[in-house]
Formats: sequence, structure tokens, C-alpha cells
Amino acid sequence: MKFGVVQFPGSNCDDDAYHAIGAVVGQPVEFIWHQSESVSGFDAIILPGGFAFGDYLRTGAIARFSPVMRVVGKFARSGGPVLGICNGFQILLEAGLLPGAMLRNKGLRFLCRQVHVRVESTDTPFTCAARQGQVLKIPIAHMEGNYFCDAITLADLERNHQVIFRYVNPDGSAAAPENSATNPNGSLAAIAGICNRERNVVGLMPHPERAVESALGSTDGLVLFRSMIESLTRRAAVPA
Amino acid sequence: MIDTEIKITPQVAAEHGLTPDEYARIQKILGRDPNFTELGIFSVMWSEHCSYKSSRVHLKRLPTRGTRVVQGPGENAGVVDIGDGLVAVFKIESHNHPSFVEPFQGAATGVGGILRDIFTMGARPIAVLDSLRFGPIASEAVPRGKNTGATPDDIARNRRILDGVVRGIAFYGNCFGVPTVGGEVLFEPCYAANPLVNALALGIARREDLFFARARGAGNPVIYVGAKTGRDGIHGASLLASAEFSEESQQKRPNVQVGDPFLEKLLLEACLEAMRTGAIVAIQDMGAAGLASSSSEMASRGEMGIELDLSRVPQRESGMTPYEMMLSESQERMLLVAERGREREVFDVFHKWGLDAVEVGRVTDDGKLRLLHQGRVAAEIPAHALAEEGPKYERPIAPPAAARGSSASALVEFAPVGSDLTENFRRLLASLSIASKYWITEQFDSMVRTNTRVGPGSGDAAVLRLKETKHALALATDGNGRWCSLDPRLGAMHAVAEAARNVACTGARPVAATNCLNFGNPEKPEVMWQFSEAIDGIAEACRALDTPITGGNVSFYNETLGNAIYPTPVLGVLGVLQDADNALGSDFRGEGDTIVLLDAGRGPASSAVQQKELSSSEYAKTIHGIVAGAPPAIDLDDERRLIECLIALANERLLLSAHDVSDGGIAVTIAESCFGGEMLSAHVDLPPLPAGEPAEAAIFGERGARAVVSISPTLLARIASVAAQYKITAQRIGTVVRGEFRIQYNGSPIIRGDVNSFRKPWSRSLAQAIEGA
Repeated sequence: MKFGVVQFPGSNCDDDAYHAIGAVVGQPVEFIWHQSESVSGFDAIILPGGFAFGDYLRTGAIARFSPVMRVVGKFARSGGPVLGICNGFQILLEAGLLPGAMLRNKGLRFLCRQVHVRVESTDTPFTCAARQGQVLKIPIAHMEGNYFCDAITLADLERNHQVIFRYVNPDGSAAAPENSATNPNGSLAAIAGICNRERNVVGLMPHPERAVESALGSTDGLVLFRSMIESLTRRAAVPA
Repeated sequence: MIDTEIKITPQVAAEHGLTPDEYARIQKILGRDPNFTELGIFSVMWSEHCSYKSSRVHLKRLPTRGTRVVQGPGENAGVVDIGDGLVAVFKIESHNHPSFVEPFQGAATGVGGILRDIFTMGARPIAVLDSLRFGPIASEAVPRGKNTGATPDDIARNRRILDGVVRGIAFYGNCFGVPTVGGEVLFEPCYAANPLVNALALGIARREDLFFARARGAGNPVIYVGAKTGRDGIHGASLLASAEFSEESQQKRPNVQVGDPFLEKLLLEACLEAMRTGAIVAIQDMGAAGLASSSSEMASRGEMGIELDLSRVPQRESGMTPYEMMLSESQERMLLVAERGREREVFDVFHKWGLDAVEVGRVTDDGKLRLLHQGRVAAEIPAHALAEEGPKYERPIAPPAAARGSSASALVEFAPVGSDLTENFRRLLASLSIASKYWITEQFDSMVRTNTRVGPGSGDAAVLRLKETKHALALATDGNGRWCSLDPRLGAMHAVAEAARNVACTGARPVAATNCLNFGNPEKPEVMWQFSEAIDGIAEACRALDTPITGGNVSFYNETLGNAIYPTPVLGVLGVLQDADNALGSDFRGEGDTIVLLDAGRGPASSAVQQKELSSSEYAKTIHGIVAGAPPAIDLDDERRLIECLIALANERLLLSAHDVSDGGIAVTIAESCFGGEMLSAHVDLPPLPAGEPAEAAIFGERGARAVVSISPTLLARIASVAAQYKITAQRIGTVVRGEFRIQYNGSPIIRGDVNSFRKPWSRSLAQAIEGA
């Protein structure tokens, strides 16, 4: 089982994802340079946080044209698990691997804080080790995390249970509309993370790789990495 | 053939800020008149900002050596051995003037500049702290008809400055990917037209991987890397930071540099990768005075010369003259010397990261900075003269005729015994210098790189774990300008002591310091007196606490329309924690824990001294509108013993939290420890000092060498016995509870109320002032 962490020029949470997988979870992990045209040999791919290409034009708008994104798209379409964290989520949106778009945070300011998100669905490779409704304390750090999509797309997402994480109060109860303490960036339907219809591509704004060691305040992000290992192990056990 | 198209006269020299004497010296060094390009280069290299001409004679008095010091002042940053083959590289620097002219870019490029100083030495930046001072951003109610003089227009402008500075720091640090983990934000009227933006950066490297800016090897290629050179920032440092501001200062906006943190991130990765090839001999960033300083300083330090062909410099616009290219302060550029024959390895790395890397010259053995342009010699100056032979001034020194806060000013009258101080306390908590800074700090990514064990607001110092070892580093900045205006020497000693105490409260041992010295116009004898006094205070305190100064920066001319800021030395102190797991925060942890006051001193003996000391406090300023008296007396031996005691207690894991007593006194210390998110409160009963003390002095006085710790109730005797070894009294003063917050003094309640009635004004005041929310 081998994890790949894509490095775009301007990625800055690449080392953190690498550390979480390699040193904390103890799985093989390698960087993939954005100009790479192959991801063969990797079992899961992570697009890390940061400011790929300086977020020029729009977040993720230039990164989606990096050569690696063609092969990441192929990998995703063939069922490979792809996780986009923060800027990685934004890139997945721009690449069309996930629906919707990001607006600036409602307060028009960068926000770095611990938030609470609820696991809305456990049938993805990133949440299968979590409990339905489990509340995770994970930090956010972004300027453009205000998820938006049109009404039809939102209805689709809800109907297909593609909303995977939602911002909630610490006790798991839903955020009151306009409550910026709970839904910090003003996301539509308090959406913090979604998956594609095939459920193998997930993007989320919070940073699970920052919540894997109790010394740093929370270990709630570990469940995403454990889920990936569990699902890959299960997949490996089933003959193709 | 020297280009002398523009006729150089004493008038042209004066317009470049050079005095007749300085100009004569240039003529003597060259043995002829300089041409326009040479004059420009001398003017920036000999500017106050680059040459330290007014401060050098005083800076010599600072202690700069120590067993851990690998590199003291004189390089791009200080370097300290932190064990296990690792070194910490750190420095603080000001960007005050640009931040007033253009707050967003001024602050952003301040962060960018200090980050380059760190990675140019081969260290990866792991943290940034910002020490900020602004003018009033709200018309705080001032009693007794006292007026701060802030008009609604002033307040609106101060808010714009704060907003721009905060956004600028966030813009640069967040994108670059370095956590902004701490610092301070204080408000005083004197900073209204002259904000202070001091940025401190910390990096780590393996000791053998350090790089220095010393050119070696005649014939080695000089390579330019990073952003292209444009006309931005010409005279940015020399002009902006080397003269006072007048009404026309806003017109200097084009002199402010423009930052691109994305490019800097690429430059960081490319530089560190290129350094690993082993092909780089020397490297220096292009900061103030750009190409002029990087080339002449590298040549001078290596006792070599450098010849540059300016036609080869990557340029952003056409038709740039040698003068413009040499003086440009375009950001995100570096100059390096590589080994002849290995250029290709260097180019390949930079091209991988999409950056320019061009051979622009070579190292020579004639000691000269020689510039070629379009086949002609555009300038030829001894490099050492530029970098090291600038003027040094023993400027006149005179104490002010009537020191501010002299005995003539009104002092605080103590409230009658038994007065209820609850309302005063609420107002103190809401005052902006004391209120929560969360609104600001949550705009900074404080967690990226996943090393932040103690982040903004949760401890007295920031604590960064080091993934390579069990160790952690702690960092704090401090500086009390109000105290320094009342007594610069004592105020400066307090700045050192408080920063060191803050570091020790996390359990770390303070090992070294960096300083940013923000003062007014050095040509005024009373400003030079403040400076000289502050240097002596810093020197004495750093010696006593064994925290040598490893670098920093002097910022003079912090004056607008003739009004100087408070003399404001800001100290950054670095500490080492042997075991990162011993790191302590400042928040109380659980109901039922015992609150203990550690006190290394005995307090002031007389009521008259208590009155003077309280009159210089945050309480006196906020509640009574009084800035007078004197800072609390300091005993550096008390401070040293408290630091040793805190380290010993942390090493034995006897403490649950530690928070030093500083702004707002012990009442604020206790309240802040309650506000940390666990919805805790405290019941405290403070016993009076043996010599007696009025309630206000006891709970709001800011005497140092004290800390409030929380412990498990069963450990009190053990803690008292450890403390006794350091001659520290460890006194149980209360219990962590939920609900009502209560402080009694000598058995009678003086502050009481629901803890949320105190938390709310503290947590909301800053956002309300800025957003009117």
C-alpha cells in the first residue's frame, strides 16, 4: 500500500500530509511532482493544502492544468481513492472531479481555528472507519472555503448522500443559519466536505493531517487515514 | 572609463541624504568625484538603515557571546546551538516606515524580508512572531476629562493601518507556509502616525548545513536568482527609514516594495535544494539596498571583490539604468556565489522551480565592487568601504530637561480600603492592549508545518516542537514603550526579563535574544540618551539572564511631524525545552486545581513607591488616564531565580499551567488563565505583603518576578519545597472553579461576578473596536 502526496509549486501542507501518513500512521508515502505524468504504483493520492501557483486567478484554477492532474483524473475514474485537503479540495473542484465552487469566506478574512465537523456518510474510503454522526474536532485555515453550488447540484448532493462532512456545534447539533461560530465561512448547507458520485474522490476544507497527534490538540483527523488503510486492505483482500 | 553623465554636486549629494563630511569621505575613498551611480550606492549603503551609523558605537556594549552562540550579529541572522546537531536561526526586524505609508505591502514585505534572512543561511523557517504597536482604534472612555487627542479621523486611519498590517502579515505568511505563532499587539497614542511592525522569524538547520554570505574563490560565478528587478522600492530603506515623516510622506508610496509570497515560497524551496547540491559557496538575500548591499557585503565579508555585468540582470522593465538596478528593492531575489564549473547544477534546481537563475558576474581578488553596463564600467568602489567604512557617529546625548512622568505629574490616588473594584476590572479587561487578540491571530495560519504545541493566546510564549528530536523551542517578544518613556534603562531591562520569563513559563530555558530597537530621531540628544540608556538596560539584563543578543535591527526616525514614539526596544527571547512533552500553556486545566503564586521578590517597601509604580501601569492608564511615576523596580537576580524555578518545576512535570504576572497585574493573569476555553473560573484570596499594600497595587500592580501556576492540590508541599531551593515563595492563593469569579484581598471580596461577565468584554472588545460589531 503506497500513498502519494502531490506537490504543486506553492503547496505548503505537503510535508504535513507526508508526516501524518509516514511518521504517524506508519504507511509508505512518496511525493509526486506536479509535472509527473504517471501515478502508477500508488494506491491512494492526496492533494495537499497550500497556495498552488499562489492561488493566482482563482484557487486551484492553474493547478488543474498541471500534467499530474490528467493522470490523477484517470486514477480517480478507475476507482482510485483521491483526497483533496483545503487547497486540494479547491483544485478538485476546478478540475471537475467534484461539483461546485468556492467563494471567499463570508467575513472576507482568512480564518485559522479549530472547528467541529460531523461525519455524514461512512461509505467512502475516507470515512469507513468512522461512526455515522461522529463529531470530529479538526482545524481549518483558509480564505476561500465558502462552498457554493446551484440548487439542482445541492439537491443531487443531498439525495446521493455526497455531503460527507458538515460544520456542526461541538455536540453534533446542526448550525443555526448565519452562525459564523459554527459555520465559519458561510458554506451552503454548512458543507465542509463532499464526495463524487462514485464516492472515491473526497474533498474537505478542514485539515485532518493537522489533527493526528494529541500533542497538537486533536487526533480526530486520524480516522480519515485509518479509513483509507482499511478500505485499501479490504480491496486488496478481494481478488479482482 | 567611468560614466559621469550626471554632474555630481554637493547639492545632489545632500539630496541623497549625505552630509558634506560624508561626501568628502567618499571623494577621499575614491580619490575622485563619484559618478551618479556610485553616489547612489554610497547613499544607500551609508544610510542609517544599512550602516547603523548612529547606533554602532552603542551596540558594541551588548553581550553577544555565549556557549550556545554559533553566529552573533553581523550575518543575516543569529545562530544558536540547540543540541543534537541542530541550530536555531532567528532575527527580528522592523518595517515601521513602509507599514505607515502602505500598511498591507509594508507589513507583507516585512515578513518576506525577515524570512529571506533566515533561509539565506540554509535554515527552513518554522515560525514567525509579530510585535505590533498602533494608535488608538476606539475612543476609549478616559476619565477626568482627559483626552487622548484622537479625532474620529485619526481613529479611522489607525483602524485602516491595523487592518492593512494584519492582512499583509496574513497574506505573506499564510501563503509562504510558515506559522505565525505569537507576538504582541499594543495600543498607545504615540504610535498613531508611526505604527511599529516588527517581525521575528525562526528557522532550523543542521549545523553543518549553514550558509554564510562570504564570497570566496576568485573566478567563481556570481549568480542572480529569483524575481526580476523592477523600479519598485528604489531608496525604500535608505529614504523611508532614515528620515522623519512629514505631511508629504504619503507621496512616498512608490518607494514601498511589493511582495509576492508565492515567489518567495518557490525561492525557499529552490534555495534549500540548491544548497544541498554542494555547489553554492555563499549566498545573501537582496533586502534593503538590494543588489548594492548583497554584492558589496558578500565581497567585503570574504575580503574579495565582485564584478557584475548589469546588462545580464533579469529586468522587469526596459531601459533601467545602473543606478536603478543597484538600488531597486524588488522583493524575492537572492545573489549567490557558486563553484566554477558547477553552475549547471544550480541553474537546474532554480529552473525546476520556474525561477530565473543567471550568471551576472564573478568573484575577483581586487576587493572592488565593479559594475559593467553596456560594455562600460559604470561604477568601481572598494567593497569594504561600502560595507564597513561608513560613518560612525558619537551623537550628542542629553537626558530630557524634565523627564516625562517626573514627580510633578499627578500619581494614582489609591481607592479607599474596602472599595469594590469589579467595574474597574471589567474596563481593564476590555482595554485593547489587554483584551483578547483572537480577532487578529485567527487570521494567521498558526498551525501549518504541524509543529505548534503552544500557539497564539494559549501560552506565555509560542512553543514549536522539533520533529527531528525530543526538544522544542519557545519564543516570546516583549517591549513596554510606556515604561521606557518613563525610564528607558529600567523599561528595557523589563523587556528582556518579561520575554525571558514568558519563555520560562512554558518550561523552556531562555538561551538567546534578538532585539528590535525602535526610537525617534537620533539627531536629537534626548532620543540618543533614551537609546543609550536602553542599550545599557538590555545589556545588563541579558548578561544577568544569560541570553546574549545574536542579532536584530535598529529603527530610528520613528517620528511624524516632530513627534517621536515612545522609545520601544522589543526583545525576542528564544528558549529550549529538553522534552517537548513538558511544554506548558497558560490556561487552567480543571476544576478543583490549586492556584499558586510563585514570587521571587519581596515587593516595594513603602506606600510612596507603590503609588509611583502603579501610576505607570496599564491600570493607571486605562482607569485613571495617568501615565506617570516609574516602572516597577527590577531585581535581575529575582528574575533569574524565578526562571530557574519554573524550569525545574516543568522538568518534574509538577505544573498544569503557568502564566507570568505582567500587564494588568495578578488579577488579569488569573482571569486570562480562566478564559482559555474550558469555561473555568477562579476563587482567589490574596494575602497582603508583609509591608502592607493597598488593594489596587496588590491586584493590578505589574511588579515582575512573579508567576501564577495551577497544580494538582496534592502537590503543594512538593512544589513549595522545589521553590524554596530557589528562594521562591510558593503560596496557595486559590482554587479553579466554575461559575462565579472572585478575588478577595486580605479576606474581603473586591472583585466578583459571573465569569462570563468578565470573559465577554475581554473577548469581544477588539472585534467591536474594529468592526463596530
